[in-house]
Amino acid sequence: MTQVFFSKDHEWIALGDDGLATVGITSHAQNALGDIVFVELPEIGRNVATGESCAVVESVKAASDIYAPLSGTVAEVNQAIMDEPGLVNSGAEDAGWFLKLRLADVAAVSTLMDRAAYDQYLSTLA
Amino acid sequence: MPVFAPPAADRLGVVLQKTPLDALHRRLGARMVEFAGYEMPLQYQGIIAEHQACRTSAALFDVSHMGQVEIADPAGLERLVPGDIAGLKPGRQRYTLLLNEAGGIIDDLMVANLGTRLQAVLNAGRKAVDVAHMRAHGLEVTTRFERALLAVQGPQAAEILPEAAGLKFMDAAPLDVAGIPCIVTRSGYTGEDGFEIGCAGEQGETLAGALLARGAVPAGLGARDSLRLEAGLCLYGNDITEQTSPVVAQLNFALSKKRLAAGNFMGAAAINQQLANGVETLLVGIRLEDRAPARAGAEIQHGRARVGEVTSGCFAPTLQAPIALGYVAAACAAPGTALQLIVRGKPLTGIVTALPFVPHNYVR
Repeated sequence: MTQVFFSKDHEWIALGDDGLATVGITSHAQNALGDIVFVELPEIGRNVATGESCAVVESVKAASDIYAPLSGTVAEVNQAIMDEPGLVNSGAEDAGWFLKLRLADVAAVSTLMDRAAYDQYLSTLA
Repeated sequence: MPVFAPPAADRLGVVLQKTPLDALHRRLGARMVEFAGYEMPLQYQGIIAEHQACRTSAALFDVSHMGQVEIADPAGLERLVPGDIAGLKPGRQRYTLLLNEAGGIIDDLMVANLGTRLQAVLNAGRKAVDVAHMRAHGLEVTTRFERALLAVQGPQAAEILPEAAGLKFMDAAPLDVAGIPCIVTRSGYTGEDGFEIGCAGEQGETLAGALLARGAVPAGLGARDSLRLEAGLCLYGNDITEQTSPVVAQLNFALSKKRLAAGNFMGAAAINQQLANGVETLLVGIRLEDRAPARAGAEIQHGRARVGEVTSGCFAPTLQAPIALGYVAAACAAPGTALQLIVRGKPLTGIVTALPFVPHNYVR
């Protein structure tokens, strides 16, 4: 079963059987951003550090950075959300994924929240 | 870009004002944000859906944050604006500008002749400055900031507001709407046909409820901004400021030839000099070729030289493309000129485009 972890910046990261970790933004994040009209994704092969801006989403009104929840190397990006940015709104936690990372240190997921902890965190954000 | 920050309840000493429709916005599930010192609805169901509602049916906006004022003396107002106010007939409205001595724009405003008096509608963030300026120059101004102001905009606006269907674009009249005494103008800030409707603050929510019941779709500041940008209309504080004149902002339509010849308004000498000698920069529309928007503050280059800066930018839902307004060197202002807009360090190609981006749909 896939394990999913969450960052305080509202990114999710799912550990796959292939050793790659899929990264996206949470449903809460897409709702807060509003209608997404453009996504900029990183080059494959780029090394990103935890907390580093690795993608940009543009809503009608504003641009927002997406931060890498863990450090790693970009192995794959989701071309579908570049062609159809609205997928991030309609499927933030599945079809609207952003990129896959080969993690530098898989054990670092322990620094992130699980679903229950993230839901609890959301409830503290009035 | 406009400051659409969330309400800063934790910011000490900052008390945001609420419009008379505040409770209604919350019942409708609006996402509230700070704008010009007010808590205002950014969106209800979503900016794009609200934008499309205005372009295809009719949208209802709360614009009560704008300042309604009454002025008895047209000649006094004429000394401060470049528009023909003395020649404004009863029942008509005109767009004009408060100018400083250097020809810079203190505010842009709508002035309506209501027969017994003038009504002016001022930008929310400028109303205190405007009133102080007008009073300092001997004008008697009665503020009506407690009033509500609603806008019904879209091709079905006249079906939502049959009481006002007899008005033409830029007409103004006192009318009862749903039994409520209102001052209605056929105008707006979206490029669509539509009306702005002022009434007593305490009746604002009842009026809004009646217009929603007739089928108007509630729309927030987000859609208002993307609609006005598609319509090529300036936003005060972004595209026009005290540092920009109507000549550089390409608002020459607001300069009365008669008033320029007479030269008897504040800033006339500076404006006439700019018209005679030309200006170094001009405000232009720019349509970007790809999907990434360029926002206010983005550098504009031609060749590799800096020639200007974006003052407003968004993704245009009607065009499915990013658009922007910005000041560029006059030599680069001709429609068709290819420019580079620098976004996150990368040049994006944009083409200078005649305004409006989306054709106006006024009923004249």
